[in-house]
Amino acid sequence: MARITPLHAVHVAAGARMVDFAGWDMPVNYGSQIEEHHAVRSDAGMFDVSHMLALDLTGADATTFLRTLLANDVAKLTVPGKALYSCMLNDEGGVIDDLIVYYFAADTFRIVVNAGTADKDVAWMRKQIARTGANVTLDAHRDLAMIAVQGPNARAKTWHAIPGSESASAGLKPFFAAQVGDMLIARTGYTGEDGFEITLPATQAADLWQSLTAAGVAPCGLGARDTLRLEAGMNLYGQDMDEATSPLNAGLSWTVDLKDADRAFIGRAALEAAPATQQMLGLVLLERGVLRAHQQVFTDAGEGETTSGTFSPTLQQAIAFARVPLGVAVGSTVEVDIRGKRLKARTVKLPFVRNGQSLI
Amino acid sequence: MNIPAELKYTKSHEWIRREDDGTVTIGITDHAQEALGDIVFLDLPEAGRVVAAGEECAVVESVKAASDIYAPVAGEIVAANDEALDAPESVNADAYANWLFKLKPANAADVDALLDAAAYADIAADN
Repeated sequence: MARITPLHAVHVAAGARMVDFAGWDMPVNYGSQIEEHHAVRSDAGMFDVSHMLALDLTGADATTFLRTLLANDVAKLTVPGKALYSCMLNDEGGVIDDLIVYYFAADTFRIVVNAGTADKDVAWMRKQIARTGANVTLDAHRDLAMIAVQGPNARAKTWHAIPGSESASAGLKPFFAAQVGDMLIARTGYTGEDGFEITLPATQAADLWQSLTAAGVAPCGLGARDTLRLEAGMNLYGQDMDEATSPLNAGLSWTVDLKDADRAFIGRAALEAAPATQQMLGLVLLERGVLRAHQQVFTDAGEGETTSGTFSPTLQQAIAFARVPLGVAVGSTVEVDIRGKRLKARTVKLPFVRNGQSLI
Repeated sequence: MNIPAELKYTKSHEWIRREDDGTVTIGITDHAQEALGDIVFLDLPEAGRVVAAGEECAVVESVKAASDIYAPVAGEIVAANDEALDAPESVNADAYANWLFKLKPANAADVDALLDAAAYADIAADN
């Protein structure tokens, strides 16, 4: 049986096309995926992301433990509500998951992990708690819902939908969160647009969804979520990196913090023993066609592979992430094997789109 | 589901219309366009190409996925729909008006053996 979120009945009633995603029955689109995509780039759209798992890590050793568990350094977090994106690595330096950690106090953190990896993440964290003997408590919350409201008008429409939320969240800088009553409102997202991710009790989710709909926020499915994050240059776990991939080869070096030489986080030794051999670049197809994952890329510096690809609704052309040798320059022309034909593509720096604007 | 009674169909969701000149016109069904979602790219066969029944001869790509289109019967391609090539989204808007290619069957009787609307409706209902 597929798992369902607290908003499942709302999606079905809205006529959403439902698909299996990591064991969850989720909306892929409600009508046109491209219209949903444009709603987020030009106005406001919302996504049910309740399949992701929120975890609370508390206790005297919480900071110390997370500095061992995560490749990014939570010591950077000193202001309550501040969020940090990080990979959680295995001993070999492969990516177990990518996640967001929110700091509330040195002994209080919220961690949000991917749906498909949630069970193994929790098992891994518990194993590391036991191994290190850290004085921490890890609580998984399946009693919560999460709604991402994204787009240039997302914040204003959220304030309209949630009376009293503006005063508490208008001052939030990007990558900060605030508790507003029962809700955690974070100025984060996965689209390259401004907006909020709102975590709230599952029992209140349907009411908030309806209020947001009434405020003019368009329901959007996983289809638009994927094209938006691709344009925004954001990795998808399981597709752009996994346990066999070093973050250094997956465009995630910026999330690996090596500054504190004494911080022996899990996977550090492996990463230091195996420097990057590849880089993640964007591809823009110069001929007719659509780029997809796992297409072979031919460059002057050797072969590579696309890890994600789609037709970009904003750019109106095919785009992809490609893992290619370090010697490939931005702005060079490469060839991609698409269904047996070699088509030309140009390499670009990621992201492709930010805040509604093309960057290529 | 929109499945016109006068057309023939395949299990792989193509529709086939017999024309007066002995050729057949081929497209994808409404059910297929709905399942694919927003169509953004078509790759259509060149006129003159000889195809076997069941041979891959076109590609329909949506934002989500690529889908192969098969020749419903053996024959020779006589035309591709250039207008659809320039406006792939037209197939979403009306999958029966916006055909993909025309083919001259090697054997006219092959077309009779294709699925009728009722048989296709059963298949479409199952997926």
